[in-house]
Amino acid sequence: MNKVTKTLRVNGEDHEVFFAPHKTLLEVLREDMDLTGTKHGCELGECGTCTVLMDGEPVLSCLVLGLESDGVEITTVEGLADENGPHPLQHQFAELGAAQCGYCTPGFLLTAKSLLDREPAPDRQRIRKELAGNLCRCTGYHQIYQAVEQAAEELRHG
Amino acid sequence: MDNDKRKPEYRYIGKAFRKVDGLSKATGATRYADDLSLPRMLHCKLLRSDVAYANIVSIDTREAEAMPGVKAVLTGEELPIAFGILPVSQDEHALCHDKVRFIGDPVAAVAAIDEDTAFEAIKRIRVEYEPLEPVFDPAVAMENRVPPLHDYGDDGNVHKRVSMEFGDVPAALEEADEVLEDIVFFEGNTHLPLEQHATLAWYEPDGRMTIWSSTQTPHYLHKAASKVLGLPPSRLRIVACPNGGGFGGKSDPFNHEIAVAKLAMKTNRPVKIALTREEVFYCHRGRHPVLMRSKMGVKKDGSITGMHFECLLDGGAYGSYGVASTYYTGALQTVTYKVPSYRFDGVRTFTNKPPCGPKRGHGTVQPRFALEIQMDKAAHKLGIDPAQLRLDNLQPANSVTANWLRIGTIGLRKCIEKVVEASGWNERYGKLPRGRGLGLACSSYITGAGLPIYWNSMPHTGVQLKLDRGGGVTAFCGATDIGQGSDTVLASCVAEVLGIDIMDVRVCVADTDLTPVDLGSYSSRVTLMMGNAAIQAAERAKELLTKAAAAKLEVPGSRLVFAENRVFDAEDPEKHMSFAQAIVFAEAKFGTIGTVGSYRPPSMPGRYRGAGVGPTPTYSYSACVLELQADEETGMIDVDKIWIAHDIGQAINRNLAIGQVEGGVYMGLGEALMEEMSYRPKRFGVHKVPSILEYKTPTTMEMPDVETFLIEDPDPEGPFGAKEVGQGPLLPVIPAVANGVFDALGVRVDRCPITPELVLKALASPDKRSGPTKYPDLRVTDEHTMRVKTPDEGGDGDAEGEWASKKTKMERAKS
Repeated sequence: MNKVTKTLRVNGEDHEVFFAPHKTLLEVLREDMDLTGTKHGCELGECGTCTVLMDGEPVLSCLVLGLESDGVEITTVEGLADENGPHPLQHQFAELGAAQCGYCTPGFLLTAKSLLDREPAPDRQRIRKELAGNLCRCTGYHQIYQAVEQAAEELRHG
Repeated sequence: MDNDKRKPEYRYIGKAFRKVDGLSKATGATRYADDLSLPRMLHCKLLRSDVAYANIVSIDTREAEAMPGVKAVLTGEELPIAFGILPVSQDEHALCHDKVRFIGDPVAAVAAIDEDTAFEAIKRIRVEYEPLEPVFDPAVAMENRVPPLHDYGDDGNVHKRVSMEFGDVPAALEEADEVLEDIVFFEGNTHLPLEQHATLAWYEPDGRMTIWSSTQTPHYLHKAASKVLGLPPSRLRIVACPNGGGFGGKSDPFNHEIAVAKLAMKTNRPVKIALTREEVFYCHRGRHPVLMRSKMGVKKDGSITGMHFECLLDGGAYGSYGVASTYYTGALQTVTYKVPSYRFDGVRTFTNKPPCGPKRGHGTVQPRFALEIQMDKAAHKLGIDPAQLRLDNLQPANSVTANWLRIGTIGLRKCIEKVVEASGWNERYGKLPRGRGLGLACSSYITGAGLPIYWNSMPHTGVQLKLDRGGGVTAFCGATDIGQGSDTVLASCVAEVLGIDIMDVRVCVADTDLTPVDLGSYSSRVTLMMGNAAIQAAERAKELLTKAAAAKLEVPGSRLVFAENRVFDAEDPEKHMSFAQAIVFAEAKFGTIGTVGSYRPPSMPGRYRGAGVGPTPTYSYSACVLELQADEETGMIDVDKIWIAHDIGQAINRNLAIGQVEGGVYMGLGEALMEEMSYRPKRFGVHKVPSILEYKTPTTMEMPDVETFLIEDPDPEGPFGAKEVGQGPLLPVIPAVANGVFDALGVRVDRCPITPELVLKALASPDKRSGPTKYPDLRVTDEHTMRVKTPDEGGDGDAEGEWASKKTKMERAKS
C-alpha cells in the first residue's frame, strides 16, 4: 500500500509524517517519528504500556491507526516535560522509585496525567481504579500510587 | 527499623534517594534494545515450528528469498554449533536443524527491509516435517515411550537425576512422633517482562561484531555467540541495554540473538529483531512445573527430626539452567529450620514444551510452597501455633546445615516477630469469622551463587574506576540494570567511599568491550558482589588520593576525611582541598589515576558432587503474614493485606529496597492466585494462552496494601552489610495464601495457583483437600544415591564410598 502524508500534532508541534496507512499510531510514533519513549508490550491492547493521550484522553496507541490521529492533539511522554523541567509526575516517579525497569512508566505517566488534569485530588482508590489498565511487573504498584499522590499535591500547591 | 547503634553514619547508604537513572526512565529517555536503530538496518523475523515434535525433512526457502525486499534467509545448516547456558547442557541451536522440539521452536530466519516484508517472507518458507510422538507429561516422559528429545542426559528423557542423603533419614523418620507426608503440585508460570526481547546486531566493516540486546547476562551471551558464530571473543562486543524487566527471563543466550548476528554477517547490514508477545511466551525459561512429595518427621515438641523431599520437574524442551534448577529444588529446605538429616531425590525430564529455566527465586519457590504448607499442617497436628513452631525450629546463625550450607547472619526471628506483631496474629489467628483467614510463611534465599556457571577461579565481578581531573569518577562494571537499580547501587558504593555526590559518579555498565566481567544479573548476586568490588576499587582510589592530599596538606593521611566532595583534616577542617584538587595532586604524583576491585565468594564447606548449588556468601530471610477473604460459594480469594519483613542486612537505597520487596510480593501473589503456563496436550501441545490478556496477572485492582519492614542487621559478607532483596520476598507469599485459605475455610489446597475451582473442590471433598494424590516412581535406586555425613556426624563435607572420590571440578581446578 502506498504511504500517505499526514500532519500529526504531537506534543504541541505539527509534524508532517509520511507513513504506511496500515500502521498503528504506536508504530508511527516509534518508527516514523523517532519518538521511542512510547513503548510496546503486546501490540494487542492488553497491557497499557503504549498509552498516549489524544485530546487529553488516554488511548492505547497500538489500537489506533496513524490515519485516525490527524486533527487531534497527541501527547507522548516526550511532551510531558517543558522548559521548566520534568512534569511533577515525572519528578515524583523518579524520586519515589515508581519507575524500576521504567518500561511501563510512560504509559502510567500519561494515564495519571489525564486523571490529575480532570481531578486534582483523587484518593488512593480512585488512582487505583484509573490505573487498572496499565500493567507493571516490577513495583507492585504502591510506589506508583505514592508518586501520583505526591505529584497531585505538588500540582495543587505548586 | 532495627537500627544498630554502632552503625556508621552514611550519606547515601540506607537512605531514600533518587536513583541515578530515575529521570531518564521517567522521561522516556532510557534506550531499551528495541529503541535503537542504525542506518540501513534490516528487520528480522523467525519462522517458528507449528508442530510440537518432528524431524525436519526439508526447508524450502526459494520463494521467500525471491521476494523483493528480502535480503537473506537463514536456516540451521548455517549455524550448526550447539550452545546453552550451562556447559553440561549445550543442546540448543540458533535455528533447529534436525528436529523441532516444541511449538515455537525457531526453524528459519529472514532479514528484510522492513518488518512487514519479513513477516510475509517467513510465511513463504516451506518446511516438511516428519512427525514424532510428542510427550507433554513428565511422568510419561520418564517411561521413555518416545524417541528421547535429546541424545544426552541421565537416560532417555530424564535430563537429570539427583539423589543425595545427608545423615540417616529413615532412622530420623522412625524416631519421630509424627511423620507428615504431602504431595504438592506447583504449576509452571512465566516472567512476563513488559519489554519484549529485542536484539540489534552490526558486523562492522573492520570485522568487529556488536550485539545490543535485552539480556541479563552479557558475559554468557558473549561466550555463546562467539562459539556459535565462530568469532573470536576479542572481535565480538555485547552491550546489554537496560532491560525492561527480566526476572530471570533474559538470562539465557537466546537463539534470536545469535540468528540476527549471523544475518548481519550475511548481509553486511545492521539487523534487528523485536519479538512479539507470543514469541516471548515461547522463549519462556520460566518456573518449572514441579510435582513434589515431602516426608517430614516431627517430635511432639515440634522439633524436626528429618526430611525426605522428592520432586519431578517438567523441564520443557531444552536444558537451559535445568541442572541447576534441579539441585536448587532440593537445596534450601535446610536453611530456615533445623533439619538434622535430609534426603533429596529429584528428576528433571524433557517434554515438548517451551523450555523452563530460572524465574525469580529460581528452583526454590516450589519446594518452599510445599515446605511451608507442611509446616502449617505440622503445627495444627501438634497443636502448636504456626508462628511459634517456626520460631522454635530456627536454624542458628553461623552454623552449617545437614547438607553443608554455611549460614551467616539470620534475621528470621525478627522477621517473624515483626509480621506477627503488625498483623495482630496472636490475637486474631484462628479466631476470625469463617471465610476470613490469616496465613503465615517464611523463606530464605541466596545472596549470589557461591560458584560460577562455568568452572574457573577468577572473580565473579570486577569494577574499574577512572578518576577525572575535573572531579568526576567513572565506574565501569559488567553488571546489567534490569530495573533492580544496580546502576544506582554501583554509584552509591563509590560515592559513599569517596565522599562525593552520587551524580558525580558516571556508571558505564554491561558492555563486554568496555567493562570488566560481571557474571550477570541473576542469583541475587549483583549488590553483594559488585558492591564489594566497587568498595574495593574506591578504597584503592581513596588510598592514592589520601597520599597525595596528605603530602600537600602536610597532615597524616590517617586524619584525612573524604566528605561533601572535599578532603579535609578531621582535626582541623580548615586544612582542606576539593575532591577534584586531590585527584589533580594524585595524578601529578602517580600518573593517571585508575583503580580496580573484584570479588569472588569465599570457599564453601560442601565438597560433594552438587555442593556447588545452594552455597552463597549469605542468605536473606523473609516472613510474611497475609489476610484474605475466601468465598465459600464461589471459591474466590481476595487478599486484603500483606505484612512482609525482609532481612536485608543493610539497605543500600531504602526506596529501591522497598520497591524490590513490594515487587516480589506482587509477583508472588500473581503466582499464588492466577499465573500459569498451560498447554493443550490434546491439541498438539499448543500453548493455551500466549497473550497478556489471557495469561492473568494482578492489576492494581487485585494488588492489596502491603506493609514492608526491612530488618537491618549488617552482614559481614555484604557491602556495608547488605544482603539480597530482589528475589527472596516473593517466596513466602505463595504458601501464605494457601495457609490463609486453611484458616479461612479449613481446607487445604496443595496446588498452585490456588484457583477458585480448587477451593471449591477442596470444600466438596471428604478430606477437605484438593491437590495431587499420586506420586510417580522416580526410579531412584541405591546406586543413584550419594550419601554424605552431616557436620553433626563428623563428616568432612565430602560424600561417602564410591562417590567420595568424585571431587568437584572446582576443587580440581583449584588444586
